[in-house]
Amino acid sequence: MKSLLDQNFEKGGVVISKVDDLINWARLSSMWPVSFGLACCAIEMMSAYATSYDMDRFGVTPRSSPRQSDVMLVAGTVTFKMADRIRRLYAQMSEPRYVISMGSCSNTGGPYWQHGYHVVKGVDRIIPVDVYVPGCPPRPEALIGGFLKLQEKIRNESLMAPSAIERINAERTKHV
Amino acid sequence: MPKERNMFKLKDILFAQFGEKVIINIDESENYPFVEVDSKNLLEVCSFLFKDDRCYFDYLSCLTGCDLLSENKIELIYDLVSIGLEQKITLKVILNRDSSEVPSISSIWRTADWHEREIFDLLGVDFINHPDLRRILLPTNWEGYPLRKDYKDAERYHGVKIAY
Repeated sequence: MKSLLDQNFEKGGVVISKVDDLINWARLSSMWPVSFGLACCAIEMMSAYATSYDMDRFGVTPRSSPRQSDVMLVAGTVTFKMADRIRRLYAQMSEPRYVISMGSCSNTGGPYWQHGYHVVKGVDRIIPVDVYVPGCPPRPEALIGGFLKLQEKIRNESLMAPSAIERINAERTKHV
Repeated sequence: MPKERNMFKLKDILFAQFGEKVIINIDESENYPFVEVDSKNLLEVCSFLFKDDRCYFDYLSCLTGCDLLSENKIELIYDLVSIGLEQKITLKVILNRDSSEVPSISSIWRTADWHEREIFDLLGVDFINHPDLRRILLPTNWEGYPLRKDYKDAERYHGVKIAY
């Protein structure tokens, strides 16, 4: 399956493409995460950035500041002390922004689910999450799989408002 | 060299210095022998152990606390090591759970600073003359002392539900 640019140029002539496809392709090919390694999952995240499992070939390169990134990769245990800061950093990201929850601790509290008085049982209690990557810790390939899944999600996005759904909702509220 | 021989030698030195009124109980039959000290004499005993040439305990290896709910007491365990003379001693201070106050030994061994902050954070023991007594691991406005055996989680913290 050739990439978008290769497909169109080889046929020669005019490039025809929906704006949706073009913008989505641009966004998914250069997802820049804010490097947010909190605990052990950070090691696997670093390993995924490094040579063998290279994430740079997908366009994923870490940025230090949330203002310069479009995906937040929450890797590790989220404590209540950290929860306030995560909320603040998420608010500093500009849209479109996505969140990948990496590892059991940020998915649902992980091994601390039962007795952990200090652990937030899942980062989705604080910020909205797009992709959950299971594992304790997930292998670097699993994390790359998580990014590919996020790419699928972005590929299916649309700039147009869902007019059919809006019409149905308007009719439903009219009868009420 | 075996620990027990050193414990006997140290016991004699401590008895000679402080007499019966300070050293309440030395239990050497257990696997982990310890010297029990009253909290008001703690600073004096520690200072002696640090400065005396025969003891020379220059390294505070560990400082932990344990909640004994059934006896309504909290015990603090001080592990001291003498690196030069290769000997160890363990001190225990047993406090009442409701009014637990003990002098801080951070003036003798600086490492006790953060260890005592952790005990204050998780067990609620008050340390007198501590340079900076505040929570170290939990957020500053957390309520309760989690490592006490009768600790119950609050419902929420800053709007986020605590339980699973």
